Amino acid sequence: MALIWVIEDKCTGCGLCVKKCPFGAIEIVEKVAVIDESKCTLCKACVETCRSEAIALSPEAEAMQEKPSVDLNAYRGVWIFAEQRNGRLSSVAYELLGVGRTLSDDLDVALTAVLFGSGMEEAAGALVARGADRVLWVDEPELRTFHDDSYAQVFEELIREEKPEIVLAGATAVGRSFIPKVAAKLETGLTADCTELAIDREKRLLVQTRPAFGGNIMATILCPNRRPQMATVRHKVMQEAEALEGRKGEIVRRKAKPESLLSRTSLIEFIEELEETINIVDADVIVSGGRGLGKPENFALIRELALVLEGAVGASRAAVDEGWIPYSHQVGQTGKTVSPKLYIACGISGAIQHLVGMRSSDVIVAINKDPEAPIFDVATFGIVGDLFEVVPALVRKLKG
Amino acid sequence: MNIVVCIKQVPGTAEVRIHSETHTLIRDGVESMVTVFTMGPPQAEAALREAVSYGVDEVVLVSDRALVGSDTLATAYAIAKGIAKIGAYDLILCGKQAIDGDTAQVGPEVAERLGIPFVAWVRKVEEVGDGKIRVQRMMDDGYEVIEMPLPALITVVKEINEPRLASLKGKLRAKKLEIPMWSAEDIGVEEDQVGLKGSPTQVMRIFSPEPRGAGERLEGEAEEVAQRLAERLKVMGFV
Repeated sequence: MALIWVIEDKCTGCGLCVKKCPFGAIEIVEKVAVIDESKCTLCKACVETCRSEAIALSPEAEAMQEKPSVDLNAYRGVWIFAEQRNGRLSSVAYELLGVGRTLSDDLDVALTAVLFGSGMEEAAGALVARGADRVLWVDEPELRTFHDDSYAQVFEELIREEKPEIVLAGATAVGRSFIPKVAAKLETGLTADCTELAIDREKRLLVQTRPAFGGNIMATILCPNRRPQMATVRHKVMQEAEALEGRKGEIVRRKAKPESLLSRTSLIEFIEELEETINIVDADVIVSGGRGLGKPENFALIRELALVLEGAVGASRAAVDEGWIPYSHQVGQTGKTVSPKLYIACGISGAIQHLVGMRSSDVIVAINKDPEAPIFDVATFGIVGDLFEVVPALVRKLKG
Repeated sequence: MNIVVCIKQVPGTAEVRIHSETHTLIRDGVESMVTVFTMGPPQAEAALREAVSYGVDEVVLVSDRALVGSDTLATAYAIAKGIAKIGAYDLILCGKQAIDGDTAQVGPEVAERLGIPFVAWVRKVEEVGDGKIRVQRMMDDGYEVIEMPLPALITVVKEINEPRLASLKGKLRAKKLEIPMWSAEDIGVEEDQVGLKGSPTQVMRIFSPEPRGAGERLEGEAEEVAQRLAERLKVMGFV
């Protein structure tokens, strides 16, 4: 039996649903929409877009929609996970405080920052100064180093005990690794790599928006019936909270159960591996090179420009595949997603896989010989020209 | 639709040879079995046939209308159930993320459901054997060498390997092979834990991203455009 129906008398064959369907599941056949159920995910995008109310979920499909399984009102407060590495807070923590403050004010609840590791007095103070009403600090030396097992276990226990309604973490190497484990333990919803967060005040819900399908569509996602509502947030997209002298907040120092600190993984060693000192994920400015550079030596040009702008060096997949620069510099779908304030693409044509990884940058500069290159479609400033002339000239002008 | 491929493998190391009689992969003298597992619509079979042509031993497809609309939590639950049905395993490999949903959540959630240790972003397997595995995990500023006991799950990045070419023998086998298709009932999932009903997250709206405002073209001689760009960047505070 069909789960989604087209009411043929009402369907005008306008084709709006065909365009709207993210899964390519709808066709117009003899002026009536036909839905291929093997592709349909019942996302209801077509139901909402149809002006003639010609598409409906069957009662069976409606019954399949989830019902609340917990007392939603028992959960209160907004939490952010304040990630640290070697005792230093990641700037993503300040970005989370920025967005977290807005969300908690909208809900009229407290904002809590969760901090792991010993020797974090200063970090705890910084979190208060930047807007945390409360810092929940699990002061354990074992938690100075990231391990999926201990981080997930300790975080899960805190959440079960205190019941926040919203939990946010950075969509970083660390956050995207252990937060899904926490969500699975709690059997709640988690939305990955959000670029926009808001509150639906009426329903008291977190409205989470994220790019999907290679950035070709944006999806707004809710977690209506389970708690907490969890999301990881793309680094560098949210505004950092400003520090305010004399801001008051409570710092709660906690211990964890010894068995919760155990990890099945052991860290043998860490090897820093970067050509430059700034990594692309944390950088405010990135200068990237692509196939247009022609040979590995020409990355020197990119490095020079990056140096002048105090930025990091990125690369397209083409340049990495050629072996001109290590994979850790790759921007794009199979590399890293970055969102700096300034992104300069040199000799990069802008394949969709690259665009996905950098299109949320504030300012994009493209330098490319080919005026038709897709990179120009996303560029704030586009320069059609020879990068071997333009980049050195730019370096001189910026220095001057 | 997320198409997840998990590869199951018994310990071995780098050099891969095919056993002349059994046609299984031989690694370091230890015979290993590689099973490619996927969940998706019936047409996901094509992806499995491709995997067979590369030389994997077994393939499994889990496909059922009841699973449609599953979010990452429900998907991971179903995959974990499916893998449990396959039987004994030592290592589960998943890609770091699928290129449609881009969530990177299913791998860690499967590991959690199976109760096995997990490492994300693996770029190299240094050693595997004696009931443990040593891997390199990419971090934002370098990489970590991590060891953990087997069975375990790792999600791998592009750098892990170059795909091999399909062999003629593999292609022939791929063409003929009957692909086992398991239903929700076969893998024993609870009905209310999969599909829309078992999915805490719901897609409320799908829309096209706002196009970036039409950019400005700077045209002219290199010196001149560089000058103009440098001025803009200075005004914007980048210098």
